[in-house]
Amino acid sequence: MRTLRTRTPLLTVLGLTAVLALSACGSDNEASSAAPAPAATTFAAGTTMDTLQKAGRIRIGVKYDQPLFGERGLGGDPEGLDVEMGRIIASKLGIPADGVEFSEAVSRNREPFLEQGQVDLVIATYTISDTRKEVIDFAGPYYVTGQSLMVKSDNTDITSKDDLAGKTVCSVTGSTPLERIRTEAPAAEVIEFDTYGRCATAVENGQADAVTTDEAILLGLISGSDDTFKVVGEQFSKEPYGIGLKKGDQAFRDFLNDTIEASYADGSYTAALDKTVGTVQDEVPAGPPVDRY
Amino acid sequence: MFLDYLNTLSEGFLTTLSLTGLSAVGALVIGTLLAAMRVSPVPPLRWAATTYVETVRNTPLPVIAPLFALGLPSLGFDLSFYQWGAVALSVYTGAFVCEALRSGINAVAVGQGEAARALGLRFTQTMTLVVLPQAFRSVVPPLGNVLIALTKNTSVVATISVADITLLSNGLITSSADPIGVIGASAVAYLVITLPLGLLVDRLEGRVLVTR
Repeated sequence: MRTLRTRTPLLTVLGLTAVLALSACGSDNEASSAAPAPAATTFAAGTTMDTLQKAGRIRIGVKYDQPLFGERGLGGDPEGLDVEMGRIIASKLGIPADGVEFSEAVSRNREPFLEQGQVDLVIATYTISDTRKEVIDFAGPYYVTGQSLMVKSDNTDITSKDDLAGKTVCSVTGSTPLERIRTEAPAAEVIEFDTYGRCATAVENGQADAVTTDEAILLGLISGSDDTFKVVGEQFSKEPYGIGLKKGDQAFRDFLNDTIEASYADGSYTAALDKTVGTVQDEVPAGPPVDRY
Repeated sequence: MFLDYLNTLSEGFLTTLSLTGLSAVGALVIGTLLAAMRVSPVPPLRWAATTYVETVRNTPLPVIAPLFALGLPSLGFDLSFYQWGAVALSVYTGAFVCEALRSGINAVAVGQGEAARALGLRFTQTMTLVVLPQAFRSVVPPLGNVLIALTKNTSVVATISVADITLLSNGLITSSADPIGVIGASAVAYLVITLPLGLLVDRLEGRVLVTR
């Protein structure tokens, strides 16, 4: 929950920021509308970084319904780790906070958005896969999780994916977990919705027995549900989340990978984790090594 | 490639087709009942039908479908997603059928109803024997519109886990990474249903046309 700020504290915040900026010159920049844009590096003319920096604007596709990663609550601005990564990249480009435009990228729109240039980046719990690499490029990963199962808290039948025969399991249309559960649990009946929230409702209604997707996403659903659900079993896949960009832009991809590595080093990554995924995960993982394929 | 897509979509094609047929029957029944209620001499019936039509036709279908498929089961109603889809589409399209039919009823000369009454027919008899048969004839083109819209509207069931053309193409877009090709194939699949439907309606119109 974000608290309402009155004018006086805002001025104090502004003052403090100025003091901090002076005393800790060049330290990591917390994305906040009060903070001045950092003195960013300049880029070679013609590169995507240069274009974005000159425009002072970057368009980023995120999820709007994925707690902890990209979720737009009642307030308006999306929140989550994906959103924070977007802000870290924007501040590296010297783009002010109000120049960062988030829009919703549901799973099946992610490639078209990038290919058609409707967004500059997609940071939307986007698993790096070879099929996707054929049409777009990935920087990162910046987070690694694995597919798991979520059932009602009082469910005792299902303790792993091997108990799914004859059960109904739900996931999101067009997602990797949906494809994988068909091969991992061939005897299960699979249903699909366009959002995980609807899957959760189906499980609550008894129309489905389990929701399957990346554990990080399941934890997010549980965090907003007052212990209606629980995660069961071991993770049965490895899902590296990457930052999607238009195919073939090597310089931009190198920049993104450098930025991710820099965020591990300067603590901004840990700070972003702490206020998002870290709030429900027992141990916050270190940033995974980026894959410069 | 394109033929492969069509082949994968063919299973969904049958679902879309059967859903269209089922919902069309449901919508015609609901719509006819509603239209009769809206012109009936009993005020509460008129009010009930008017409320139904105004509520349902002013609510987007993507809202109605999950409301039925996920909302009603939480109250204990138990149907499959396919059945919920058919119910939602019938309920929604019924409102439009009612309005098309009502315009037809209003176009039937007042003298027809009066003559039926004078012969001693009751309201139900007047409607089923005299007014509705004439009304249906004059509203074949608008009913055809409603049915074609219904065919396309069945795509809403993709949001409630029914494997129709749209849901399968959504999955195929991801696995093939060729959105334009897949969307094109799904457009073809819908046209295979809607184009003949349009022709059928044209034929029917010519056949039932009242020559005065």
